[in-house]
Amino acid sequence: MAKIDRGDTNAKRRGFSEFAKGFWKENPILVMLLGLCPTLAVTTSAINGLTMGLAVVFVLTGSSLIISVIRNIVPKQVRIPTFIVIIATFVTMVDLFLKAFFLDLSKALGPFIPLIVVNCIILGRAEAFASKNKVWFSLLDALGVSFGFTVTLVVLGGIRELLGMRTFFGMNVLGEGFEPWIVMLLPPGAFITLGFMLGAKNLIDIRMKERKRG
Amino acid sequence: MEVILIFISAVLVNNFVLSYFLGICPFIGVSDKIESAVSMGFAVTFVLTLAAAITWLINRYILIAFNVTFLEYVSFIIVIASLVQFVEMFIRKTSKTLYDALGIYLPLITTNCAILGLALFGALREYSFIQNIVFGIGAGIGYTLALVIMSGIREELDLADVPEPLKGAAITMIIAGLLALAFMGFA
Repeated sequence: MAKIDRGDTNAKRRGFSEFAKGFWKENPILVMLLGLCPTLAVTTSAINGLTMGLAVVFVLTGSSLIISVIRNIVPKQVRIPTFIVIIATFVTMVDLFLKAFFLDLSKALGPFIPLIVVNCIILGRAEAFASKNKVWFSLLDALGVSFGFTVTLVVLGGIRELLGMRTFFGMNVLGEGFEPWIVMLLPPGAFITLGFMLGAKNLIDIRMKERKRG
Repeated sequence: MEVILIFISAVLVNNFVLSYFLGICPFIGVSDKIESAVSMGFAVTFVLTLAAAITWLINRYILIAFNVTFLEYVSFIIVIASLVQFVEMFIRKTSKTLYDALGIYLPLITTNCAILGLALFGALREYSFIQNIVFGIGAGIGYTLALVIMSGIREELDLADVPEPLKGAAITMIIAGLLALAFMGFA
């Protein structure tokens, strides 16, 4: 009995770490540099970032679930095409959903919703995790990675929106006295903001390592 | 005339990497040496041109003709994946030198969003067949240009004194930002 209990807590702990690693230690954008195309392209405002993030949450969770369920049936040689077709199906669902209920957002994100198909995060998680692990852990991994992705997108979109339009989620924050930096909304702003976010993450990691060492 | 405009716009003004953010992953990954950047650029240009032609035909004569445009993403990605596979086999059989030059970069191209992006933009803008091919070539040349410039800068970067936290990907992003700023001058 005691043995089973220990197994349970171990499984719980592992489940939690599979979920939590996506936010910092294996953050898909800041550490693994995956899925950069949508990251840079849609984050002109926090709400766009959030929409993109949630779309990825849905696609990644759904496809990880299915891939993990069928992982023992799919022959090794055709696994990548199989995964891509599953992913493309989920992306089509998201796209049709957004077009039906949030037409403005769908227009703002343009072809970047369909481009989730080739987002390396999704295929990467499918190949590296879902095709090798049990359904429950695959689900937690997918949720962790995709919410980590979402948070990063909202932060990036928030910074760009704040400096480029003085607003955050459409609310005026900085007031009339602040001259908006238009460049933040243009492509260069995306690259430079992400560059500094990567730098900030490295800086925090270096500091934390130093503190641990004493 | 319009064709020339599409070409120039795809190469410079709406550069795929620097203003549409397509194909960023290999842009960051492969762009540390000029030679690999050139090979990757040519491989992408080649596949882009072929994909532009084939996805146009599929879109017009299958998807629109049978009114099944909701299958756009699934069919485009399957076509692109098999096209890349086919090109790889063809090159391996016909030209050893070309295969050695492009070989390892070809499989990477399947998940390069530039290819699917081109197919989607082409369908969205309702280009004609010729226009779509020119768009593909232009996008490929623009991609190569951005990749080669970037790798040239990164080769010099080894000698520069970059602050510790910004080393690696961070400084690459910032350089890409400055490049994008420069390319905005064409707009």
